[in-house]
Amino acid sequence: MAFYFAQFLTGLASASSLFLIAAGLSVIFGVTRIVNFAHGSFYMLGAYLAYSLMTRLPQGPLGFWGGVVLAALVVGLIGAAVEMLVLRRVYRSPELFQLVATFGVVLVVQDATLYLWGPEDIVGPRAPGLDGAVRIFGEYVPEYDLALIAIGPLVLLAVTLLFRHTRFGILVRAATEDRDMVAALGVDQRWLFTAVFFLGSTLAGLGGALQVPRESISLLMDVNIIAEAFVVTVVGGMGSVPGAFLAAVLISELNAFGILVLPEVSLVLAFLVMAVVLVLRPWGLLGRPEEQSAAHFAPTYRPLTARGRAAALALLLLLLLLPLFASRFTLVLLTDVFVFALFAASLHFIMGPGGMVSFGHAAYFGLGAYAAALAARDLGAPMELMLALSPFAAAAAALVFGWFCVRLSGVYLAMLTLAAAQLVWAAVYQWDSFTGGDDGILGVWPSPWAADKRSYYYLALALCGLAIAALRWAAFTPFGYGLRGARDSALRMAAIGLYAKRFQWAGFVLAGFFAGIAGAVFVYAKGSVFPDELAIPRSIDALVMVLLGGIESLTGPLVGAFTYTLLEDWISRLPYWRFILGLVILTIVILLPEGIVGGVARLWRRLQPREAVA
Amino acid sequence: MSRWWMMAALALTLAVGARLAAAGEIRIGEINSYSRLPAFTEPYRKGWTLAVEEINGAGGIGGDELVVISRDDGGKPANAVKIAEELVHSEGVVMLAGTFFSHVGLAVTDFAKHNRILFLAAEPLSDAIVWSKGNRYTFRLRPSTYMQSAMLAREVAKLAARRWATIAPNYAYGKDAVKAFRQVLGALRPEVEWVAEQWPPLFKIDAGATVRALEAADPEGIYNVTFGGDLAKFVREGKLRGLFEGRTVASLLTGEPEYLDPLGTEAPEGWIVTGYPWYAIETPAHKAFVEKYMQRWGEPPRTGSLVGYMTFLSIGELLKRAPARDSETLVDTLEGMELDTPVGRIRFREIDHQSTMGAWVGRTAIRDGKPVMVDWYYADGADYLPPDEVVRKLRPAD
Repeated sequence: MAFYFAQFLTGLASASSLFLIAAGLSVIFGVTRIVNFAHGSFYMLGAYLAYSLMTRLPQGPLGFWGGVVLAALVVGLIGAAVEMLVLRRVYRSPELFQLVATFGVVLVVQDATLYLWGPEDIVGPRAPGLDGAVRIFGEYVPEYDLALIAIGPLVLLAVTLLFRHTRFGILVRAATEDRDMVAALGVDQRWLFTAVFFLGSTLAGLGGALQVPRESISLLMDVNIIAEAFVVTVVGGMGSVPGAFLAAVLISELNAFGILVLPEVSLVLAFLVMAVVLVLRPWGLLGRPEEQSAAHFAPTYRPLTARGRAAALALLLLLLLLPLFASRFTLVLLTDVFVFALFAASLHFIMGPGGMVSFGHAAYFGLGAYAAALAARDLGAPMELMLALSPFAAAAAALVFGWFCVRLSGVYLAMLTLAAAQLVWAAVYQWDSFTGGDDGILGVWPSPWAADKRSYYYLALALCGLAIAALRWAAFTPFGYGLRGARDSALRMAAIGLYAKRFQWAGFVLAGFFAGIAGAVFVYAKGSVFPDELAIPRSIDALVMVLLGGIESLTGPLVGAFTYTLLEDWISRLPYWRFILGLVILTIVILLPEGIVGGVARLWRRLQPREAVA
Repeated sequence: MSRWWMMAALALTLAVGARLAAAGEIRIGEINSYSRLPAFTEPYRKGWTLAVEEINGAGGIGGDELVVISRDDGGKPANAVKIAEELVHSEGVVMLAGTFFSHVGLAVTDFAKHNRILFLAAEPLSDAIVWSKGNRYTFRLRPSTYMQSAMLAREVAKLAARRWATIAPNYAYGKDAVKAFRQVLGALRPEVEWVAEQWPPLFKIDAGATVRALEAADPEGIYNVTFGGDLAKFVREGKLRGLFEGRTVASLLTGEPEYLDPLGTEAPEGWIVTGYPWYAIETPAHKAFVEKYMQRWGEPPRTGSLVGYMTFLSIGELLKRAPARDSETLVDTLEGMELDTPVGRIRFREIDHQSTMGAWVGRTAIRDGKPVMVDWYYADGADYLPPDEVVRKLRPAD
């Protein structure tokens, strides 16, 4: 009995840490609707800053707690600075474009932290006076755990009081409900957003600083925490701080007791909980249904003009003739570009025309790759057959997951796709007797006729080119228009007798199918596949490519894939390349807030001579 | 700072596009996860730079300069394959070296087999690299997961602990380590009982809950495979809850300075670990290495430094002894090659291409406020490998 009680307390301490980070994310999303990847980076900065302050301030409680509070405030200021310098420029952009901006911030912070604090892990000081353990019912419970158990609810109380009894709090709650109305009532949104970012980042920094006695401070802290922070935020309901607390407690307690029964469950527990919660309560535990605001971004797409077609043909001709003068490596690089262009195009199909954001699209990419690899290894299946069949494996998964996902909307849909992808990843990772686990599957090389890089380049060009053309064509079929209808107004669709959800489901499956093709072409190009191809970073890559290129245009994902792949290849040869890549991405985001294609089109229009007005 | 200059020079070279090896040059391609794991890879780079400078200072390889083209794979196997492609076919390297992560190592292993190019894996510990996925063109320097687990198992077999619990990160490395430890200890002490196992996700351990779960099983011995951030959390929470009191703890890789030093005064004492006590090794070869390293870089060496140095020392020796520089000749020369290194004589076995580089086994202690290894000895890798018939069955039929 005592054992379980102590385990319960342990879970509560972990819950407090998790709550602090998630609370900040919830607040930021609730008001600004920004999916803030950089939140993990602020958490990490909070820990590093707290360590630096604690070692410089006088020893003792003042030094420790002073360091914690000061670090949190500094991180808050950094967050506000990021908001003012970067994010303000992109508020008018399509919903998720800010995500790319925060992604750039993550890269910059990673290398900046490496530069400032060095590569080694740091084990920070313990809290003075709280570095022992007390016995509760005969079980050891660390004193610092008890402190955390107290701090979590205290912060919850403080934030709740802030939201209920101050003018700022009222404005935040109002903006969470209806941003446009708040602006119409004369509140300067810019300062409200900055203040909210300050608050959210302070909470993240506080979370990081409080972890110093428990964890070692390392450069991987940001990536290790961000996924779980998002899960907790979403499970609790975006914008609801009490919900974040509840979710944190739920997940931590389930983990604390789950590992007594099945130790490996930690790998996937949070995502499993998120999947279950989202299916049963689509807006999280305490979240409110999202109103589709009138300014919901709904780009129209136009078929290529004659000029556009000519340009496409010229490009095709160039690509066909390239092997005559380009080096072998250029062909390899371009094969990668083709694969990712198709991958990005398939994601764009559901994001642009479909209006459904997916954070887990890599699952279908990876499944296409794994289906081909498994068949090649176990059945000796030839490449030609598997290039044709593996997309169906990906489509089958999209069929299953899609049914659950399209019942949701907005960020919740995105997070459910993430949960689905993580479940697939965890299954592949754990089931190592079949999939090889993280040792992957090796030796998946093309058939002899396509074995040399030039032949494979043509094969990839043919397959990916045709697939991209097919996706583009689909966007202008009645099905494509139906998909857009489902995005723009489900009500009107129903009025003319069309099931919006069916269109979305079908679109999801189609996107999964094409992602599977990309995955199959990828695995034969590389010769091996690992669970990394199903993991979150691969999904983020696709998102960044789509958003960078611009969601407004069907060529956006292609341009984005080309730019991002080449940028990464070139810049990764330099020292501190993540910093440079992050800066480049931020520059693109600031200068071209509609994405590369949109921005270039805008600049082109500016350069045209003005037409005379009669 | 010289690293900046070197990288800038490399970038410039790449930009200018010197595609063909200039006369009087031998190019080696080196791939590692520099941005992902700077704690290991920065000392590693210093180590191999030192080795290359030494080789070139002594006249190079038969008058040819050894040029290393080093690239960052960012921890992604797909990137490593793309980079390998560029290094081999555009940069004209004669062989590949490096990698840290097991899955990146495996991807390059497969690339090496497919493209028939020699690959000397420096650090990746996965047993599969020389066994289940081994091939003619891949060699590995560092003692594998199996070897180091066996070193610990043999050491703890001498002690009384009979009820054992294991805690390892939930991925291939952790699983292989536990499997090897159980196999070797189980063979030496059949009466051993396995009372608990914990599998925290890599770098996401919920240390408090995990420690309590282990405590609940009341083991006499604990085998720990966590490292880095997980290790620090595990140590802290474990000490707070008295997990290690009166128990034998064997811990893989914990004696390495990269993992031991950050723990500082909180480092556990009395743990049986594998590691690298560079400060205490008295052999002339190693002392010379430490002196050279400290003179060049102004800081003490770490495990990464030793690995980087020995990798390129081996490559230098190989190129000097090989009658020709094509892959087949290089592979044939490297098989069975012996050379003297700071750790002593090592050999690249013909049977599985694993080098016999060993590790140091000892106990952790705190001296003058710093965590160190004491009562250590050097475990020669050759003594901790399974018998040949077993190895032959593990390797794929060539």
